[in-house]
Amino acid sequence: MTTVSPPAAGGGSNAGPASRPGRGGRGPARDVAGLGVGRALGFVAPALLLIGAFLVFPAIWTIYIGVTNYRLTGVEAVSPSVVGLANYTRALNDALFHNALWLTMLFVLGSAILGQNILGFALAWILRRARPAVRRTVEALTLLAWILPSTVVAYLWVAFFDRDTGTLNSILGTTGTAWLIDYPMVCLIVFNTWRGTAFSMMLYSSALQAVPPSQLESARMVGASGWQTLRDVVFPHIRGHVLTNTLLISLWTANDFSPFLLTKGGPNHESETVPVYIYNVALQGGELGYSSAISFLLLLANLLVSLVYLRLLRRRA
Amino acid sequence: MRSLRLFPAVALGATATLLLTGCLGSSGSGEQDANRNADAKKVELTIGSNSVKGGKSSAGATFTEDVLIPKFVADQKAKGVDVTVKFQGDGSDDEVYKQKLSLDLSNKSGPDLIQIDGIWVGEFAQAGYIKPLTDTVGDAAKVDGWDGWQQIPESVQQLGIFESKRYGVPGGTDGRVLYFNKKLFQQAGLPADWQPKSWEEILQAGQALKKLSGVTPIQVNGGTAMGEATTMQGVLPLLVGTGTSINVDGKWLGDTPKLRQVLDFYHQVYGSGLGDPVLQREAKGRDKSFAEFAANKIGILLESDYFWRSVVEPKAGVAKMADRDAAVGYALIPAARPGGGVKGQDFVSMSGGGATVINPNTKFPQQAWELLQFMNSAAMVKESLNGAAKITQRTDVNTEVLASDPMLNFVATKVLPITQYRPGLAEYPKISAALQQATADVVGGKSTDQAARAYQKSVETAAGGKDKVAGN
Amino acid sequence: MTPAYVVRRIGFYVLICAITIFFAVPMLWIASAPFDRNPGLGVHWPDWTLENVRKTFDHPYALGSMVNSLIICITTALAVTAFAALASYALSRVRIPGRDALLYGLLLLSSVVTGTAAMVPIFVMIYQLGLIDSRFGVALVMTGGLLPAAIFILKDFVDAVPKSYEESARVFGASTLQILRDVVLPVARPGLATIMVWAFVNSWGNFLVPFLLIRSIDLQPGAVLMQTLTDEGGSVNLQVLPVFSLLFSIPVVVLYLLVNSRYGFRFHGGIKS
Repeated sequence: MTTVSPPAAGGGSNAGPASRPGRGGRGPARDVAGLGVGRALGFVAPALLLIGAFLVFPAIWTIYIGVTNYRLTGVEAVSPSVVGLANYTRALNDALFHNALWLTMLFVLGSAILGQNILGFALAWILRRARPAVRRTVEALTLLAWILPSTVVAYLWVAFFDRDTGTLNSILGTTGTAWLIDYPMVCLIVFNTWRGTAFSMMLYSSALQAVPPSQLESARMVGASGWQTLRDVVFPHIRGHVLTNTLLISLWTANDFSPFLLTKGGPNHESETVPVYIYNVALQGGELGYSSAISFLLLLANLLVSLVYLRLLRRRA
Repeated sequence: MRSLRLFPAVALGATATLLLTGCLGSSGSGEQDANRNADAKKVELTIGSNSVKGGKSSAGATFTEDVLIPKFVADQKAKGVDVTVKFQGDGSDDEVYKQKLSLDLSNKSGPDLIQIDGIWVGEFAQAGYIKPLTDTVGDAAKVDGWDGWQQIPESVQQLGIFESKRYGVPGGTDGRVLYFNKKLFQQAGLPADWQPKSWEEILQAGQALKKLSGVTPIQVNGGTAMGEATTMQGVLPLLVGTGTSINVDGKWLGDTPKLRQVLDFYHQVYGSGLGDPVLQREAKGRDKSFAEFAANKIGILLESDYFWRSVVEPKAGVAKMADRDAAVGYALIPAARPGGGVKGQDFVSMSGGGATVINPNTKFPQQAWELLQFMNSAAMVKESLNGAAKITQRTDVNTEVLASDPMLNFVATKVLPITQYRPGLAEYPKISAALQQATADVVGGKSTDQAARAYQKSVETAAGGKDKVAGN
Repeated sequence: MTPAYVVRRIGFYVLICAITIFFAVPMLWIASAPFDRNPGLGVHWPDWTLENVRKTFDHPYALGSMVNSLIICITTALAVTAFAALASYALSRVRIPGRDALLYGLLLLSSVVTGTAAMVPIFVMIYQLGLIDSRFGVALVMTGGLLPAAIFILKDFVDAVPKSYEESARVFGASTLQILRDVVLPVARPGLATIMVWAFVNSWGNFLVPFLLIRSIDLQPGAVLMQTLTDEGGSVNLQVLPVFSLLFSIPVVVLYLLVNSRYGFRFHGGIKS
C-alpha cells in the first residue's frame, strides 16, 4: 500500500512550512526499540482520542447533517427533518454550485497546476547556480509570502489591487481600474501563485539535488539545449516529485478559503470557489444541511483526485 | 482503498452518533420558575453585544462598560443587592456573531441580556432561543406595565415584536431619505429645497446632474457586494413606493409587475449613465459611495440618517464634510407616483434597528428585566448619546436631544410615521439575498425580464415552495 | 565571453529582478504604512511617525490579544508535536493492521471538518467539557484538527531514521526509553522542529474556532482582533491596523528564522520517489 500526504487541512490554511511528502521508508515495520503492542497503543491513544473527538465526530455529524434541512435559527433549528438525498439532487441542479465547481477548477489549474508548479520549478532551477546572496534574498521573499498570516496577506493584496490608491494602479498608471471587480479570477490566481510558490520551490530544489551532476555534465558535452536537458535528463529523475507536488498543491488550492478574504466571492459570484460557496450557503443563507452536503461532495472530489494520482504513480512504478 | 479499516474511528463514531441527536434540536425544556433567585443578594449578569472598545461600534461598548454598568451596580447597591455585570463584547460580521449566539442559546447558555438585530427576533423565537418577555419574566402586568413602553412609538416597538408578542425592548432606530448635494444642484440649476414627488422627478434631476462633468448623478445601492445595504437602501424603499412590501399575508414577493417596476428603475439608473455600475460591484462600494458624496462627486444618494450623523458629520465622520449643514440637502423618498406607495402614501421609507432581549436561560430573570428597564430609562438612553444627536427609541428623549439637529428631527417627526420594518422571519435573509441578486443582474446589464424570472426561481427555493410566494 | 553568454546573463538577472519585484511589491505596504502619518491603501514614502505605534499600544486589546495568541498557539504547537511524535513513532515501528488506510481516511476527513457546520458539534463538545471561554479548549480543538497531517508528515521522518541505530543500541542493552530519548529523538529533531513551526503557523491565523469558543474579549487572540479592525461596521482603523498587522506577523517570522538557522528549513533530499 502506498501512502500519500493529503492536504494539511484541519487548521483550514495551507500556509504551513515544510512537510516531507513521499512514499518512502517502507519495508516491514519492525519493532526495533522493543516498544510492544501495549505501549504502542498507549503512544497512539492520545492522538486518536483528540482526532476522534474533534475530527471524526464532527465529520460524521457533518455527513449526517447533509441529509437533513437543519438550520441554526428558525423552525428547522428545533425540529430538523431528514430530507434524504434532496440536498444532493439540489446541488446537481444548482447553477451556483456548478459555477463554483468551474471556478475552483480554473483556480486550481491556473494557480496550482500551472502557476505554483512552473514558477516554483523555475525558481528552483535558476537559483541553483545563482550567487548565495541572490539566492537567499529571493528565497526569503518567497517564503515570507508563504508564512505570513492569511488575514494580513489578504489585506496586503486588497490594498495592492485597490481601485483608487492601489499600488498596482500607480505602477501601471491605470488609476480607476477596479482589478478585483473586473478580473476577479485573474487576481485570485496571481495572488495564490504568489502565496504558495514557496512550497513547490523548496520541493523542487531538493528534488533537483537528486539529479546526478554527471548526467547534466554529459548533456552539456553533447551540446543539448537547455530545454532538451530538462526534458531528457532532469524530468525523468523528478517525475515522482512533480506528481506528488501537483497533487498536494491542487488539493490545498481546491480547499483554500483565502479567496473569501479578497473578494468574498464577488462580484456577483464571479470568484465564488467551492469553499467560499459553502461558507456563504452556511452563514449568509443559514442552510447548514445544504452546506454540509456540498462539503461532502468536495470530500468526494478530493478522494477522486487522490485516487487518480495513486493510479498514475502505480503505473509509473 | 479496499482495506480501509477505520475500526477505532468507527467505535468512536458509534458513541458519537448517540451524541448526534443531542446536537440537533433541543430536547424540550421543562418550564422554569420565572421567580428563581428573585431575592438573591448576590447577582451576576452578562450583557452580550456585537460591539467592542477600539473596534466595531466602539462608542456603544464604551458607554455600556464605563457608564451603564457602574451606574446600575451603584443603583442596586443602594437597594442592598450586590450585582456584578459583565460586558461580553464581540467585533465581527453580524452573521458570525449570530452563529455564535445561536450556538450559545441552543445549548441553553449565553449572556443574560443580548443585543440583537431586530430582524433576528423572529428566527430566534421560532428556534425557541428566546421567549416572550412575559414568559421569561413571568408576570405580564409587570412587563406590560413598564412606563417606558408609552415613550416608544408603536412602529418602533415592532423591532422587538414577533407574532404580536414582545420579545425585547428596541434600541434606537433610523430612517431613510434622499440626500442631495446642494452645490451640485445649484450648478445643475436645481432647487435647494428639492422634494421629488415621483420616481420620474428623481430621474429628471439625474438627467440635469449628468451634464456636470465628473459627477455620478444618482447612487441607489444595488448588487450583491453591498449585501443588506442594497436591500435597505435600494430595493425595499423602492418596493414600498410601488405600494407593496416584501411579505404580504405570509407570502413572499415573487416575480410581480411591482418587482419589475423596481428593477426597471435600477435599469433606468444604471443602464443610462445616471449611476456608476462598477461601484455597485466593489467589495467596499458603500464606503466608496460615502467618500465620493463627501468629495462632491455624487448628486443624489439614498441613505439612512446614519449617513448624516456618522459619515458626513463635520468633526468625527468617516467621510467628513466641513460644510455639511449648508451643502447637504435631504428629501423624503417619493412613491413611484403620488399616492402610489404602501398604504396609499405619497412618501415612504424603511427603518431598522436593534433590540435587547432576555436570555430565557438566565439565572436571574427578574434582575435581568430590571437591568433591561434601567438600560432603556430616559436617563440612560440620554446618557448613551454622550452629547451626540441620534434617534433613540424614546419619544421623550428625542424631543429633547433632536431639537438642535433639524435633519434628525426631520427623520423622527416626518419619516418615522410613514416608515416600514422588515419582517423578522427566518427566510428573510435568503429572500433579501435573492433581491440583491436581481439588482446585480440588472446593474450588470441583464434585462429586467431575465432578472425577474431568475428571482422567481430562487425565491421559490428560499421560501420553501411555490405556495409561499405571491405570484402575479 | 560570447555575446550569447552576455545575453543569457542579462536575461537571467532580468528574470530574477522581475520575480523579486513580484514577491516584494505587495509586501511594501506593511513596511511603510505602520510608520506613516497618513496611512492609506497605497504605498508611498512614509511621512515618518511613531504615532500609530503609540495608538496601537494604547488600544485596549491589541497587546493582550498577542499574548493570547502566543498562549493558544504555543500550547497547540507543543501538543501537536508531542502527540504526533508518539503516534508516528508507534505507527512507524509497530505493525497495526490497516494503518495506512486509517491515516489516509482521517486526512481526507480533516478536509471537511473546517466549516461552519462542523463547529456545531465541536461547540457542543467543548461546552459539555466546560471549556467554553478557555484558551486551553481552543488549543485542544486546533490540536485535533492538525494531528492527522502532523502524524503523516512526522511518520515520514521517522520512517527515514535507519532502524539499525535502534537495533545496535538495543544490542548494547539500552532500555526502550533510553533508545527513544537518546537515539530516536536527536535524529528526529529537525522533523519535530518543522512540525512545531507548521502547527504554530496553522493555528496562528485561525479565526473561527477561537471566536466561537471564547466569550471574553480579553481572552481572544490576534486573529479575532484583526477581524474587528478590518470590519466595515466600524470603519477600518487605519492607524492601528497596519501596526497590528506588522506585530501580528512578527512571531511567525521569528519562529521561522529560528528554526531555519538551527535546522535549515528545506527538504534534505528527504523525498524518495
